[in-house]
Amino acid sequence: MNTVVLLTLTGLGLAALYFLVASGLSLVFGLADVLNFAHGLFLGVGAYATWWAAGNLPGAGPDGLGFVVAVLFGVLAGSLVAVLVELVLIRPLYSRTIEQVLVTVGLSLAGVALLQATWGADPRTFPRPDWSRNVTSVLGAQVPNAGLLLIVAAVVVLGALLAFLRWTRYGLIIRAGVENREMVTALGIDVRKAFTLVFAIGGAAAALAGALGGVYFGTVSPGQGGSLLIFAFIVVVIGGMGSVVGSAYAAVAVGLLQQFVNYYGTSGLGDLCVVGLLAVVLLLRPQGLAGKVAHA
Amino acid sequence: MTNSVVDAPPAQVPDELTPGRSRWHGLRPYLPLVALVVAAVLPYSTLNLPGIFEGPLNSPGTLQLLAICLVFGGLAAGYDLLFGRTGMLSFGHALYFAAGVYGTDVLVTKAGLPLWQAAVLTVLGGTTLAALLGAVALRTVGIAFAMVTLAFAQVGAILVARDFGGLTGGEEGLPLDVSGLPAALVGVTNTVNLYWLALAYLALVVLVVHRVSGSPTGRVLAGLRDDERRIGVLGLDPYRFKLVAFTLAGGLASAGGVVYVLIVGGASPHITSSELTLSLLVMVVLGGPGTRWGPVLGGILYMYLDHRLTAFGSSDAVNSLPAFLSHPLSQPLFVLGTVFILAVYFFPGGLASLRSRLTPLRRALTRRS
Repeated sequence: MNTVVLLTLTGLGLAALYFLVASGLSLVFGLADVLNFAHGLFLGVGAYATWWAAGNLPGAGPDGLGFVVAVLFGVLAGSLVAVLVELVLIRPLYSRTIEQVLVTVGLSLAGVALLQATWGADPRTFPRPDWSRNVTSVLGAQVPNAGLLLIVAAVVVLGALLAFLRWTRYGLIIRAGVENREMVTALGIDVRKAFTLVFAIGGAAAALAGALGGVYFGTVSPGQGGSLLIFAFIVVVIGGMGSVVGSAYAAVAVGLLQQFVNYYGTSGLGDLCVVGLLAVVLLLRPQGLAGKVAHA
Repeated sequence: MTNSVVDAPPAQVPDELTPGRSRWHGLRPYLPLVALVVAAVLPYSTLNLPGIFEGPLNSPGTLQLLAICLVFGGLAAGYDLLFGRTGMLSFGHALYFAAGVYGTDVLVTKAGLPLWQAAVLTVLGGTTLAALLGAVALRTVGIAFAMVTLAFAQVGAILVARDFGGLTGGEEGLPLDVSGLPAALVGVTNTVNLYWLALAYLALVVLVVHRVSGSPTGRVLAGLRDDERRIGVLGLDPYRFKLVAFTLAGGLASAGGVVYVLIVGGASPHITSSELTLSLLVMVVLGGPGTRWGPVLGGILYMYLDHRLTAFGSSDAVNSLPAFLSHPLSQPLFVLGTVFILAVYFFPGGLASLRSRLTPLRRALTRRS
């Protein structure tokens, strides 16, 4: 029983990480049809900016309020980079989807190489608050606090995203744009502003995933974003491209499956099962869990 | 339906069909043959090109680098069958290449099969794998297809990295057991044979891709790239044609893996990474997707730069630069990624479009003289 609770909660922690990356990917894809390969870079920027801030920024530190400041700095850096990427690289290629994807591919190669050039290829120890190293007893299981922190963060982000999409004017534009971008443009609404906004939100969520993932894993390395990104892609496809709620369901399914199979089977088998789940979902329901129609 | 699909003009009129003006034109169809012959006799030259290659042309190091470049030229041409000619954005092409590399290596080193048996089995296996995975992945289209192929390729990377059953050697890779190989392919002095093997592979891929894209099937593939719905309306099954292209490209890639493992003398896990597929995409776009020689040139140039930039990055000229310049320049991927982004913006047709871009300039020059 203890093991099951522990596996469930660590699986949900992993799911939270996937959701934070996938939600931004999914929104960007839903609205702009861009598969953002540079999303892992935003994660890396968030992680390194938090790591840098904890050591160098006045007022920031590895513990207490200082840690919150460091994470805020990381999130800010991540969303700033995302906005810059959208304005400088994505926007000039408006509605040329394949070129946009190609540019993000180039950026993912160059960006990760730049991180590696600046901070080296080896993992760096991440400044973790003392309490995040401890464990909390939940139903008799000793659960690491860092995992719980991730779950709380993901639930907060999910709630905030849904509230934003449901009750604000920009949320309405984004929801309408995901349904039918041409119609929104025809109504005289500038979708490009929504693009930038969506990139900023996605970048912020990915940077948060980078900062909290650093706490969770204890280290930060340039390639971290890329390896998480592939599972985030799987989450986005399973969840139905463009749906935030679908991403949340799919993230939970993928995280739990991976954790349980990796524990009860051989290590690595869980990762394979996740891809198996993807194949099954595609065969039975090509539009994904929450997708309405199969997009072209 | 007078305007049947067979009559549909190709996206770009091949140069051979445009009326020739110069004496050169009669020779043009033979140029590839000339290039092939030149490439074939290249190892007999002892020409030293300082700065371009480290040793003379016939030194084993240079020949190995050239062989790797040729294999990737072929690989990029095969990938272009998917991306440039059919419009399928696959992010999992490295999987079939890796299947060729690891399949041959495991069958020769672990199972002790003779090379030719291992090669045949590997190519058959790689083609079957491409057919099976393609059948599932092609249920999706567009970006979802890209993501799904990426996920499948990731399985290959996980299988190799986790070293299931001790077959792949995990992170260390698996050196090729040379004792069972034909003597002509072993040893530093025989690098020239591997070079010819790589050249033969490149020629084979170019021939296959050329024949396929010139056939009625190739016209359907070009139609799929331009408007998939129209092909469906014409009563042809897009799924089946795409699967054929996917399977063929997968088979060609696994054959490339067989050649590559012989050249490098072993398998290492980095060839399974998604980075390799992304590199293939970069090669094709740099060279010019959908053109006959663009992807080949792109592949050769990319691999050459990738190898030479590593040497360039650690050279004294770069090290003496200030840190904010020398660190990024020491990363080949940073340079290549940046070049790629610039190419997407400013050279949408890649290297292959260079000639037509230079034509106005050339005309202006000849008029003046």
